Amino acid sequence: MAFTAFSTPTSTAAEPAVRKRSWIALVLLLPGILYLLLFFIAPLISLIFTSFQQPVIDGDIGQYSAGFQWQNYTDAVGQYLPLIFRAFGYAILATVFALVISYPMAYFIGVKMRRWPLAQSLLLTLVIAPFFISFLLRTLAWKQIFSDEGPVVPVLKALSVLPTDGHITGTPFAVVFGLTYNFIPFMTLPLYAVLERMDVRYIEAGADLYASPWTTFRKVTIPLSMPGIVSGTLLTFIPAAGDYINASNDFLGSSQTSMVGNAIEANFLVLQNYPIAAALSIVLMAVILIIVGIYVRRAGTEDLI
Amino acid sequence: MATGTFAEKGADLELVGIQKRFPGFTAIESLDLFIPEGSFFALLGPSGCGKTTTLRLVAGLEEPTAGRILIGGKDVTSTKPFQRPVNTVFQSYALFPHMTVLENVAFGLRRRSIASPVEKAHEALRLVELDHLAARKPGSLSGGQQQRVALARAIVNRPALLLLDEPLGALDLKLRRQMQLELKDIQTEVGLTFLHVTHDQEEAMTMADTIAVMNKGQIEQMGAPEELYELPRTAFVANFLGQSNLFTGQVSGTTPDALTVALGSASITVPVARAPRRSGTVTVGVRPEKLTLLTSAPVAEAGRNVLGSGRVVDVSFSGVSTQYVIAIPGAGDVVVFAQNMVFGPVVHVGAEVWVSWAVEHGFGLEDAPDEVAAGVHDAAVAAGLDDSGFDSEPALEKA
Ligand SMILES: Nc1ncnc2c1ncn2[C@@H]1O[C@H](COP(=O)(O)OP(=O)(O)OP(=O)(O)O)[C@@H](O)[C@H]1O
Ligand SMILES: [Mg+2]
Repeated sequence: MAFTAFSTPTSTAAEPAVRKRSWIALVLLLPGILYLLLFFIAPLISLIFTSFQQPVIDGDIGQYSAGFQWQNYTDAVGQYLPLIFRAFGYAILATVFALVISYPMAYFIGVKMRRWPLAQSLLLTLVIAPFFISFLLRTLAWKQIFSDEGPVVPVLKALSVLPTDGHITGTPFAVVFGLTYNFIPFMTLPLYAVLERMDVRYIEAGADLYASPWTTFRKVTIPLSMPGIVSGTLLTFIPAAGDYINASNDFLGSSQTSMVGNAIEANFLVLQNYPIAAALSIVLMAVILIIVGIYVRRAGTEDLI
Repeated sequence: MATGTFAEKGADLELVGIQKRFPGFTAIESLDLFIPEGSFFALLGPSGCGKTTTLRLVAGLEEPTAGRILIGGKDVTSTKPFQRPVNTVFQSYALFPHMTVLENVAFGLRRRSIASPVEKAHEALRLVELDHLAARKPGSLSGGQQQRVALARAIVNRPALLLLDEPLGALDLKLRRQMQLELKDIQTEVGLTFLHVTHDQEEAMTMADTIAVMNKGQIEQMGAPEELYELPRTAFVANFLGQSNLFTGQVSGTTPDALTVALGSASITVPVARAPRRSGTVTVGVRPEKLTLLTSAPVAEAGRNVLGSGRVVDVSFSGVSTQYVIAIPGAGDVVVFAQNMVFGPVVHVGAEVWVSWAVEHGFGLEDAPDEVAAGVHDAAVAAGLDDSGFDSEPALEKA
């Protein structure tokens, strides 16, 4: 499965003895490398250049010239630090919720339903079913459901869970809910992929060696499903951290819930402050890379697996 | 956390009316079994006869469709596997791939908070001669090494009842003998109860106090190794455990001590005490190594059966002994194992010979005549499927 690719930081150093094989490997990798150069490295370099640009003196709004304005970075971070923190906070929350919801679901479908492959496929289809409707529409639908006139708010108010002047839309709850909801399939599928193949005889061996079901789960099942957990959390966390739909005013968020993605969007599309937007993008990418790097490294060692 | 302790002695195992049905397949029809504490019990049987299923039921990994399981007198039928004082050496090893060999072995000790688990795990690994691989992951071990780790992982817990599912199958002969001795030591030292499943008849006979031969989800016969070998009750046991010459005929005479069975013009006498069926059509047998090969017609002698003459149709030399197949009219093909007292075979194909054996070596079967063929067939199939059948006849394998 492609999902597990994340979890195996391959370190296959090319052996000098097998020249021929590495040559074949290079040919096989070529399309991928070209693709990356053209659609990732080149735009990235362009983005880096943009992030250092300076305004043209007396120029139009949105007119910039090449330069080395380091200040763009300090400005961007200084101005949007709370949004950066919020983005990662929300993304971490959404990832944790998605994991907690997806794991039992994936376990049920992948392990408990093994004797009924047809039901397995059906349930998996249900997990993916939301994808058949546009992401934007689904998020808008949630906005309707959570709106003050929707079915949820009056009930919660009647139950005094929500104060009489309370709302759901525009709150951190709604944004984290939206992120969790939208990214759950990305969590469930890789988890399912490992759990479905997991040998239950290891679980039996755990039980035979005096481990209670909970201990067996902690000491055997979780470590064995680590590749799926790592892939799923990355597939959820990375896009969630950069997401700007759920948190936007037009969807589930408000100005109080803006994430760094919203700031990037506003700077690029509304304020036309391209250097700041570019600098924010680079910062976002760097922080994600650092977090993911630490995470994958920890996940590959004994203390997590 | 309370510190756990090892079992001080073995526990009885009692299976009462156990039945196990899988969807569309009955693996165990009805099983009653009592294994006293401190005994070494071997379960022998052809592939697919339900040995692993029996162990899984005892370990709690499978729920019986009917019946009860008692360990140490306590009904454990409805308790979970981790609550049973039982450990298993799995046929498939099931070593945790994400843990080192050492952590695999220490796993059970840690769960029960046994003091100094790491030292005890090292000790168990030394016992199976794998301590130098303690830091490796199981995936990087050979099959035989993995099997020994599985053995260490189970015995390190000193459970009151240890279930061994072909625990030595992947080992070479020398290592297997050594592990057998060590297992026997551990078992007798603490007086633990071992339930040992094996394909290797010699292993079962040398190690076990009691052997049960299983076929098609039922125990065919149970008893001490000598008893089972010398007095098989069914055609299946007679041919699954070693090899037998079987003769079917009508009972033609009975005295208080002996039963005479007519076989064409000849007749065979067996002791009444060794023949459960005493009238009508019966099947009697004798082990090939009990037969004496004669090149001239013997003088009739009380207390000996004689068949012949017949022709030698096959001779196969196998070191310590030679196997002769002799076609005797009215009795069919008779197999004789003869020690090689001289160089080479004594007779050659085509020679006219007689066979004789002491009456007290004969045995009668419990099987009805129509069950005999099925039993012989099952045993032949089992021998064909696993290489420890006819070929590894104990007398021969000692070489
Ligand atoms: N989960 C199951 N579902 C259906 N049938 C099963 C199941 N487990 C075992 N069986 C069947 O029950 C029978 C006994 O299986 P078991 O594993 O106990 O055999 P065994 O005596 O251990 O054989 P072997 O010597 O090959 O290990 C087999 O015919 C097997 O196909
Ligand atoms: Mg088996």
